[in-house]
Amino acid sequence: MNIVVCVKYVPDAQAERTFNASDNTTDRDNVDGLLSELDEYAVEEALKIVEAGEGEVTVLTVGPAQAADAIKKALQMGAHKGVHVDDDAIHGSDAVATSLVLAEAIKKIGNEAPVDLVVTGMASTDGTMGVVPTMLAERLGLPAVTFASELTIDGGAGGTATIHRDGDASTQTITATLPALVSVTDQINEPRYPSFKGIMAAKKKPVEKWALADLGIDPSQVGLDAAWTKVEAFAARPPRSQGEIVPDEGDGGRKLAAFLTEHKFV
Amino acid sequence: MKTSTPPPFDPNDPAGIDDLLSADEKAVRESVRQLCAQRVDPYVADWFERGTIDDIRGLTKELGSLGVLGMHLEGYGCAGMSATEYGLACLELEASDSGLRSLVSVQGSLAMFAIWRWGSEEQKTQWLPPMAAGEAIGCFGLTEPDVGSDPGSMRTRARRDGDDWVLDGRKMWITNGSIADVAVVWAQTDEGIRGFVVPTTTPGFSAPEIKHKQSLRASVTSELVLDAVRLPADAVLPEVRGLKGPLSCLNEARFGIVWGALGAARSSLQAALSYAGERTQFGRPISGFQLTQAKLVDMSLEYTKGSLLALHLARRKDAGTLRPEQVCLGKLNNVRESLEICRTARTILGANGISLEYPVIRHMNNLESVLTYEGTVEMHTLVLGQAITGQSAFR
Ligand SMILES: Cc1cc2nc3c(=O)[nH]c(=O)nc-3n(C[C@H](O)[C@H](O)[C@H](O)COP(=O)(O)OP(=O)(O)OC[C@H]3O[C@@H](n4cnc5c(N)ncnc54)[C@H](O)[C@@H]3O)c2cc1C
Repeated sequence: MNIVVCVKYVPDAQAERTFNASDNTTDRDNVDGLLSELDEYAVEEALKIVEAGEGEVTVLTVGPAQAADAIKKALQMGAHKGVHVDDDAIHGSDAVATSLVLAEAIKKIGNEAPVDLVVTGMASTDGTMGVVPTMLAERLGLPAVTFASELTIDGGAGGTATIHRDGDASTQTITATLPALVSVTDQINEPRYPSFKGIMAAKKKPVEKWALADLGIDPSQVGLDAAWTKVEAFAARPPRSQGEIVPDEGDGGRKLAAFLTEHKFV
Repeated sequence: MKTSTPPPFDPNDPAGIDDLLSADEKAVRESVRQLCAQRVDPYVADWFERGTIDDIRGLTKELGSLGVLGMHLEGYGCAGMSATEYGLACLELEASDSGLRSLVSVQGSLAMFAIWRWGSEEQKTQWLPPMAAGEAIGCFGLTEPDVGSDPGSMRTRARRDGDDWVLDGRKMWITNGSIADVAVVWAQTDEGIRGFVVPTTTPGFSAPEIKHKQSLRASVTSELVLDAVRLPADAVLPEVRGLKGPLSCLNEARFGIVWGALGAARSSLQAALSYAGERTQFGRPISGFQLTQAKLVDMSLEYTKGSLLALHLARRKDAGTLRPEQVCLGKLNNVRESLEICRTARTILGANGISLEYPVIRHMNNLESVLTYEGTVEMHTLVLGQAITGQSAFR
């Protein structure tokens, strides 16, 4: 089983996040970043599959130099090797361009040994668009089974991937033939934290660095100028307004219930 | 001169000491932090109150899977991490509870280190891999009911009987004693003090738990009763004689405490800082009063200085230049100052400061043990006094 997990390096959600004033892109230089939490589930799921059978997990990221940290975290968790696509021209790319770079990188990885499964998180924790997985599957011509809260592989590399997708009213069970792309939710597993042996072993694991030229992508196809969408302006969120105090005149419970239903909390 | 804007101020790391750590060192810290957050923090106040750790064997195995047990030792299933990484792990463990760090210190730095450093190849291959995995728990018996700071006068004796050794005596205040699978026991022999690897199933060995502690309640502390415990010839640690044996182990564990104590301090300092921001008296948060600020700033200063000292000693240990006196210096300063930080934090929390609903009183009480074990303040003062003046004032 040859699995590629796509991971993203994102600004730490705990830290103060800002945009670059010059081009309205996310400021990635002045904040600590990390492996997107939602992608940890993808890494964990891939590791579980190869640990239960056999195979290799390659982590793939498209991002600036610091994005190497996201790969490293996945390698520490147990992934076997990494691929880092880094090119100045990629800065400011939208989901369409990102999916192009990922697709070409996966094709190149597949030249060595065919890729049986691509696993992604359900969205990134910074952009939270959640469209890259489907775009990527389309570009690769793979079936996309998305938002998996459970994943079962039957019959190994030539077999099938079956997922559970939880909706509000029902749970769908969907099966795709491999090779396929699966995106996973945060319900699917409990990601491991790297053991010390994992941290030590990661130091020796191979990470390939590719630029756009290695993937045969013309720089004009990616980056801010090629983006279909663009951030025009940004403003700081206004400070939180005072909470509403509900005076209890014997009907406090009723007022609370009304508030909760009005705001669709229940 | 550079004029670029410096990174934002971090109240939890006012001097920016984190910059001195490598990415791998931070990864080690993060993994320990995650284990503690999932497996210890939600339960530890309750364990402390009840004077027990639930599923201590399961927890020990999880610590083993992470790689914490004997992590700074090489080979035999040990993780082979640096002294700095070992220190960072101790800090995180003790930020949860000193009892947890004690479990790990005794296992890795006392019991495993004794076997790793002074044991035979057979002893190492038999005991170190299961101890590193957390499948076997170890304890370390040096202190006795009548012998503490002056271990040279210990009464526990081992005598030869044919090829065998026979141990008689008692050990007191032994961490992990009642749950241990193996005890490293130090005893007087005709050849001076020697160490013995004692499987706790050996007839004549028993380890009743010590009750009524008001400190390190989330830790097992026991008496070891050695009543004609018969051991084969190969139970003795072959490579060391004299006090150097146990003292070399204590030196390892003390190094971990230099870091660990800061964990208890950090936890208390953070609790005090957030409490002071939320608690309003006389119409304003108590963090707005100069008297409270003076406390918080002093705590923060001592924590910062202690952290720098710990890191400096760790780098020396990794470079192979750390002297035992320097470990004494770190243990003396960092435990003393950490206890002071916890006590001050306690005052900031007012009445809540004495409640187990907050971590502060637990850390404060725990550090009373840490101040005494692994060499009391007085002993470390005497060691340093001698090192500085050239005069021994021990007796
Ligand atoms: C929770 C806990 C866990 C422990 N775990 C272990 C363990 O796993 N293994 C183990 O072997 N031991 C363990 N100990 C024992 C610990 O190491 C001893 O308590 C410590 O060495 C002090 O010995 P003592 O209590 O007998 O005090 P004493 O040596 O009797 O000292 C009493 C006081 O006299 C002072 N004093 C003694 N001599 C002098 C002097 N010359 N000049 C000035 N002052 C002096 C001391 O500093 C101290 O203040 C543990 C203790 C505790 C509390």
